[in-house]
Amino acid sequence: MADATLQHDAVGHGVPGAYEAPLFGAYSKKVGMWLFLASDSLTFGALLIAFCYVRIYTAWPTPFHVQSIVNSTIMTACLLSSSLTMVMAVFAAQRSDRTWTRYWLLATMAFGTAFIVLHGMEWSKLIDEGLTLPIFPKPEHAAVGELADISKNTPQFPATFFGLTAMHMLHVTIGVIYLGVIAFRKWFLPVLGLLWIVGYVLIPSDNVFHYGIHVLLIGLIVASVILFLKPKDYDAQDVEVSGLYWHFVDLVWMFIFPLVYLLSTKIT
Amino acid sequence: MHDAATHAAAHDDSKGQYFWVWGALLVLTAIEVVLGYKQIFSPVRMLEVLLVLSIIKSALIIGYFMHLKFERAIMRWMLVISVTACFIIMYFFFFPDAGRIVTLGVK
Repeated sequence: MADATLQHDAVGHGVPGAYEAPLFGAYSKKVGMWLFLASDSLTFGALLIAFCYVRIYTAWPTPFHVQSIVNSTIMTACLLSSSLTMVMAVFAAQRSDRTWTRYWLLATMAFGTAFIVLHGMEWSKLIDEGLTLPIFPKPEHAAVGELADISKNTPQFPATFFGLTAMHMLHVTIGVIYLGVIAFRKWFLPVLGLLWIVGYVLIPSDNVFHYGIHVLLIGLIVASVILFLKPKDYDAQDVEVSGLYWHFVDLVWMFIFPLVYLLSTKIT
Repeated sequence: MHDAATHAAAHDDSKGQYFWVWGALLVLTAIEVVLGYKQIFSPVRMLEVLLVLSIIKSALIIGYFMHLKFERAIMRWMLVISVTACFIIMYFFFFPDAGRIVTLGVK
């Protein structure tokens, strides 16, 4: 009754109130995600501008050979294809086709995981060859060569390279966990836990990902808390909002790939 | 019945356009990689060309994949204008300072 009165008042006297139509014509979750992405784009923008800033006044090395460029091009193709499968997942969710929504989300997660694994291998290769940061685990035998010289003479290069790509890799990892929770809800948690333990055991302790894999544990805890507080069945809107996040991760890579990799190529 | 058929046709069209966008993004990436290989431009010109290509790619992703093209006009303009304005402000803060370092001769 009270609601009816409120509605009548709001409509009848033109008073802005509880029943005003949403300004953006979209549901609030979507607007919220857009606002988050706008702020996150500024985080990446600041990192990329800082990268360009350092680059302007430093003799910048160009260490990426053919293999690195081929690898990063495959990674780019993986992310672009994952965006397409994500669009298909949103379509499937909108026609309430739960099976295909899951399949497409799984395909998106597979592409995302392929990206992370390829990127991890690329990192490990560069670190083995001597491109490193003081906080990384020390190898038994110090590497010598072009990349080791770069780490010594131009520490800005590994700092900006690892800083930018680690931030992006973190976003991709969070995206895969996000999609996993949307697709499989609480049944995704044991998979995540298993991946964490297997990764921790299998990755040697002098590899940086031996510690980096703990991101999965943090993801597991956060996802568990969210699912405990709100154990709901995720609908088409949730799939669409998770898609926005996923496309954003793809979008950021479209700037990191040319700026970090293609401007530092050494084709011999 | 007629409505349902029209709706399905429209749906298929819209699905097709995403494949086109995906293809265009892959082609643009290939162009970027070829430019990286050939190194026909000076570094500064290369930066400009790559940034223009990246902005086209991001516009495709935001417009089609993220569906912003089909949102209400106020949402489109609010987001695009506010984010662009923030980047312009960031640019004004960062780059004069970077130029100052160069003219001071700090290497």
